[in-house]
Amino acid sequence: MTTYRYAVSVMPRDGILDPQGRAVETSLPHMGITAVHGVRIGRRVELEVDASDESAARVLVERLATELLANPLVESYVVELLDGGGPRDTPETRS
Amino acid sequence: MRVGVVVFPGSNCDRDALHAARLAGAESFPVWHESTDLRGADLVVLPGGFAYGDYLRAGALARLSPVMGAVREHAARRGLLLGICNGFQVLAEAGLVPGVLLRNASMRFEHRWVRLSVERHDTPFTRGIPPGMTLRMPVAHGEGNYFLPDADLHALEERRGVVFRYAPPEGNPNGSVRAIAGVVDARGTTCGLMPHPERAAERLLGSDDGMLLFRSVVEGVAAASLPPSVEVGM
Repeated sequence: MTTYRYAVSVMPRDGILDPQGRAVETSLPHMGITAVHGVRIGRRVELEVDASDESAARVLVERLATELLANPLVESYVVELLDGGGPRDTPETRS
Repeated sequence: MRVGVVVFPGSNCDRDALHAARLAGAESFPVWHESTDLRGADLVVLPGGFAYGDYLRAGALARLSPVMGAVREHAARRGLLLGICNGFQVLAEAGLVPGVLLRNASMRFEHRWVRLSVERHDTPFTRGIPPGMTLRMPVAHGEGNYFLPDADLHALEERRGVVFRYAPPEGNPNGSVRAIAGVVDARGTTCGLMPHPERAAERLLGSDDGMLLFRSVVEGVAAASLPPSVEVGM
């Protein structure tokens, strides 16, 4: 077993109202900023997976992303392998 | 007539729902979310509150509770299932009713009285409501902005899945598409709505219009000697 680290970024789909992003954007002029627009707010989930190889780990993360982390009706997600893709050894001493 | 009210960690309208069901003449009892036994409930209520702290998305974690397997089977057998507010969010996340409840367009927690038009009187939840009557009930939610992609929305309207809409003069409190406040599944036996009928159960509370919904169910079940299997639309 090897441990792989992933980040799952969940974003509201295009055209879905993002009131948080809108609230941030409408506050920017209070900072004197007028050149920034298109603010969208999502969520980033980092997690570690124990698996025999990376493809097995990714299958699990994809399942988690579609079934739980994102609501496919209104959100899209991107899965990213962290630590440059290199697996991390699971510490055998961990109890 | 037996009404089981599911209690998730973070439910806070469970007692109100138990009380309203009792007022309507039912025997009501709580069902802990770790239980898988609905104890012969004719109607299962998923109450309002903040199940699992609304973490991740409202309703997203509650739908994984052990009790939800039994709730799914109950719904599949055409047992009556009612989700109120957070319970509606759980139903939507579980795919037991269509749609998703987004953050309110106002970005605020909206807690106020609203008025509902009743779009259908042929469901177990609305059959006792006089035609033409609008219902006065409170809403109290941060994520009640009902949304469906256009194609799905069209399909929902086509099959008359919309049961309640926000009506004037207060109007739409949260930005819901087509002012949708409550829907039923294709069988018509699972209903979710954002407003709180159980908080409008006695005149003392400002309205007892919510009792029409509870009485519809109780009287409907009492009238049938067998558990209800009502064919509506579809």
